[in-house]
Amino acid sequence: MNMRSFWWKIVTMVLLMYTVVAGLYGEVPRQPILNETIRNVYFHVPLWFGMMILMIASLVYSIQYLRKGDEKSDIYALAFAQVAMIFGILGFITGAIWGNFTWGDPLPKDPKIIAVEVGLLIYSAYFVLRSSFEDEQKKARLSAIYNIFAFASFMPLVWILPRLTDSLHPGNGGNPAFGKYDMDNAMRMVFYPAILAWTLLGVWITSLKIRIAEIEQQLIEKNDF
Amino acid sequence: MKEIKALLQKDLTLEWRQRYALNGMLLYLVSTIFVAYMSFKLKIDSLEPITWNTLFWIILLFAAVNSITKSFTQERAGRLLYYYTLASPQSIILSKIIYNTGLMLVLGWLGYGLYALFMGHPVQDPLLYFTAVGLGGIGFSATLTLVAGIASKADNTATLMAVLSFPIILPMLTLLIRLSKVALDGLGWAAAQDEIITILGIDLLVIALSYLLFPYLWKS
Repeated sequence: MNMRSFWWKIVTMVLLMYTVVAGLYGEVPRQPILNETIRNVYFHVPLWFGMMILMIASLVYSIQYLRKGDEKSDIYALAFAQVAMIFGILGFITGAIWGNFTWGDPLPKDPKIIAVEVGLLIYSAYFVLRSSFEDEQKKARLSAIYNIFAFASFMPLVWILPRLTDSLHPGNGGNPAFGKYDMDNAMRMVFYPAILAWTLLGVWITSLKIRIAEIEQQLIEKNDF
Repeated sequence: MKEIKALLQKDLTLEWRQRYALNGMLLYLVSTIFVAYMSFKLKIDSLEPITWNTLFWIILLFAAVNSITKSFTQERAGRLLYYYTLASPQSIILSKIIYNTGLMLVLGWLGYGLYALFMGHPVQDPLLYFTAVGLGGIGFSATLTLVAGIASKADNTATLMAVLSFPIILPMLTLLIRLSKVALDGLGWAAAQDEIITILGIDLLVIALSYLLFPYLWKS
């Protein structure tokens, strides 16, 4: 392993450490109802950001696969989708914990929560689709098509529908976004690095998954010949 | 354009000869509506308008999934291969979408009439509801046709179709139920503007994506 691909992992670790330490010990404004739970903004929100970025990466590799038809893009798309799914589940759990304390219910009726449940269903369907083909090329091509199609129908769910109705989440249905009132500068100093840290962690896990998949691929090829 | 017309004509002739999709689906609609009638209307005569609405859309959704699944499995693989040599994939997917839209419009509007006959008609703005059913027909066929194409390539087409299409169709369904709720309460067209525009936007997006993605589906 050369240093060029090594440094960002150190950055990830330092940033994650900073997020956890500064996130749990740093000063936060005392808001009514929110109180100390506002610290979850360093974990819940960046996990969603990370999930979105990983989903977009998966989409890009799916498009790449359809254009070029190289096996590598398919492995990349799958790995990114898998890690996005893990981040989605983690974001879901942190959100449920947060909601339990602030809204009095881990799963209140909220368009964003429904959107995320549907999103998790869509990506589960993607994995089911993958497992129902034997032929590698067919599997890769059809799942790439579905990935693009699913992403395009998932986006209006997350970005448009919550704005048409009332949502408990900030920034929707008349609720002000976090940035305006709740977050002071000290919090931003943790929040933005936290987004970077979680996203980089996602990319790191993905890169490990990709390497495992590639080694498996090589082993299969070796056994064939 | 000419290709699309010829392909549409072929689909219509096939349909006319077999009367498979239309008759089968009509029977399907009638029997599900009758089941709903037996279990709701005969037992307890008071059906909440919201339940009425949701039940109708669920019946329509299942009818749509079932009828559109057939669009690529109806003909044998060899014949499909023959079409591929004749026509461009773009005109094939467009003709399929147009054909399915027609089918869904007929099914939806007939189903609406039948449903109103059996289950009562609490709708205050029938014209808007009629429009919602029409928009639903376009949306269902636009979204489901490409998914049917994907599912037809696998062995377990029926299961895969349900698994793949339900999460994708949910945003559309939520919007449609909300739009028809506006019609149910008779709030007028101005209140429904947002939903109609969003549904049309999703339709356009999905049709454009089908147009772009179908050629890749074709190759396999």
